[in-house]
Amino acid sequence: MNSRRIAIAAIVAAVAALTLLPLFGEKFTVQTFTKIIVMAILAMSLDLLIGYTGLVSFGHAAFYGAAAYALALLTPQYRAANFWTSFPLSVAASAALALVIGFLVVRTRGIYFIMVTLAFAQMLFFLFFDTKIAGGSDGIYIDVRPVAKIGELQPFDLDNFVHVYYVALGCLVMTFVVLRTILQSPFGRVLAGIRVNEHRMLSLGYPTFRYKLACFVIAGAFAGVAGYLSAVQYGVVNPEMLGWHLSAALMMMVILGGMGTLVGPAVGAGIWMLLEIGLQSLPQTDGVDIGKHWQLFMGSFVVLATLLLPKGLAGVADALRGREARGD
Amino acid sequence: MDFYTFLIQLLNGVQYGLLLFLVASGLTLVFGIMGIINVAHGSFYMIGAYLAWWLAGRFDSFWIALPAGIALTAAIGVALETLVIRHLYDRDHLYQVLLTYGLILVFEETRSLLWGDDVRGVQIPEVLSASIRLTETLSYPVYRLWISAVCLIVAGLMYWVLQKTRLGMIIRAGSFNRDMVQSLGINVQLVYRIVFAAGIALAGLAGMIAAPVSAVFPGMGNQVLIICFVVIVIGGMGSVKGAMLASLLIGLVDTFGKVIHLEAGGVRLLPELSSMTVYLLMAIVLLWRPEGVFGRRP
Repeated sequence: MNSRRIAIAAIVAAVAALTLLPLFGEKFTVQTFTKIIVMAILAMSLDLLIGYTGLVSFGHAAFYGAAAYALALLTPQYRAANFWTSFPLSVAASAALALVIGFLVVRTRGIYFIMVTLAFAQMLFFLFFDTKIAGGSDGIYIDVRPVAKIGELQPFDLDNFVHVYYVALGCLVMTFVVLRTILQSPFGRVLAGIRVNEHRMLSLGYPTFRYKLACFVIAGAFAGVAGYLSAVQYGVVNPEMLGWHLSAALMMMVILGGMGTLVGPAVGAGIWMLLEIGLQSLPQTDGVDIGKHWQLFMGSFVVLATLLLPKGLAGVADALRGREARGD
Repeated sequence: MDFYTFLIQLLNGVQYGLLLFLVASGLTLVFGIMGIINVAHGSFYMIGAYLAWWLAGRFDSFWIALPAGIALTAAIGVALETLVIRHLYDRDHLYQVLLTYGLILVFEETRSLLWGDDVRGVQIPEVLSASIRLTETLSYPVYRLWISAVCLIVAGLMYWVLQKTRLGMIIRAGSFNRDMVQSLGINVQLVYRIVFAAGIALAGLAGMIAAPVSAVFPGMGNQVLIICFVVIVIGGMGSVKGAMLASLLIGLVDTFGKVIHLEAGGVRLLPELSSMTVYLLMAIVLLWRPEGVFGRRP
């Protein structure tokens, strides 16, 4: 059987397993997987920048947080927002922000791009942290979750955690399909060309600035989808959602799963989140609360993973396959 | 704003700017010479401040704590370069960022285990605890002037070492062509180790001398790190001259942004949005010169 068929079969099996999960899983499991799915969407959108276009963004959380804040600000006090208007508006807010920031950052490259994306994300962080626009450093609560009514019909209820899970899963599949379509289109091939050699693409007559900006906006919009879902799930939005710790974690998810693939970042998100939950629940021994200092292990893990697994799990899989092909 | 208030803010701005320069110059040197982007650089500012607090408590003297702290941070720098950083020379910036980000987590948690998460204070050494009286009500602390003086002396030393000594010549040559310097019989690995340790000691020194005037708290390094990135983007990567100019500019913009009151159309802009002013400055520089004021054009 060729590897492409195996890959498709594996994806279909994974989606099927995820679809069946709420039938067997407890509330905690379903909510944890909702979180993982949201992170998977976010990591995939970042991989469009890092893995496919070669734009290493260290501020991707900004667009995630922006949509979450957009929903918080669109929700009237003590009443529900309309899902069908607030969802596209929140995603549009992230895309608009990505357009403004992208216009400034896409003109830089390499190390500058890393620093500048981080700096602008931090600027947004301070905007919400220091001012009273949306609750300051404590964040803001979304008292009533959006209602998804079309006339009298309500296809899903966002107060129900299982419905939230399926909405997130639907968004994950949609993100995968849309990003895959984009990447296989001529537009996606230009992005790949920019990653490999931007000067050559420029000489071939492609306005690379516009292509990179468009890519930045698309990635920002999908980060917005994740941000909206997250705000719906938790009912609270705080500046940490824009913070650089999340941005760095996202980069790690992309590397962990293997950049330049769409499934890789999703798998990376799953591993990262499960690791985080696992380390946080480490027991207390000899008077030292290990779980409280979980970041020590997370940090060591990051250091070791970047040193030993630069291509992530996709690299490990390739190496194993290569050995098989050589008949070792 | 009267003259003396203005003077005080000006001195504060310059002092903050010079302190930023101390941290940012280490970061920009390590990048300019070794091609390494060290996100954990800010952690050494934090480590320096905690060392000042811890050592000053142990030895009961700020003046013993200072050299001991510098020696300790430099030693950590050497160890770090030997253990991990040297594996990063040929790696993409992405991996450098991630690995050093992992180091931040390790350093922050180690600090939490060793010294706890409380906010600490360091006493201003007695010799420098006086204040200069300006008017009936206003005075300026000598210690802040001393900080500025120390930063200026270190900046001068750095210029002298880089431009006038044999070591400086080797360092500059190494930043242009590592292999050529190596084949001339110079141990580039050792030079890199020295540069990395020196860069980290600069951040540690900045944290130590800042400790008595700013509180010692977890996460203080990350704040400084991100402002240093802004300094480097404005000044130009690898340029010490640019780092100096941009640090002073940011020091002044940030300080005055916090005291000036500005309104537009009934909406109060300053000081409410003062934490955003430096980023707006960066945005303007990016539109004008994406490679920074003194950056080499790619």
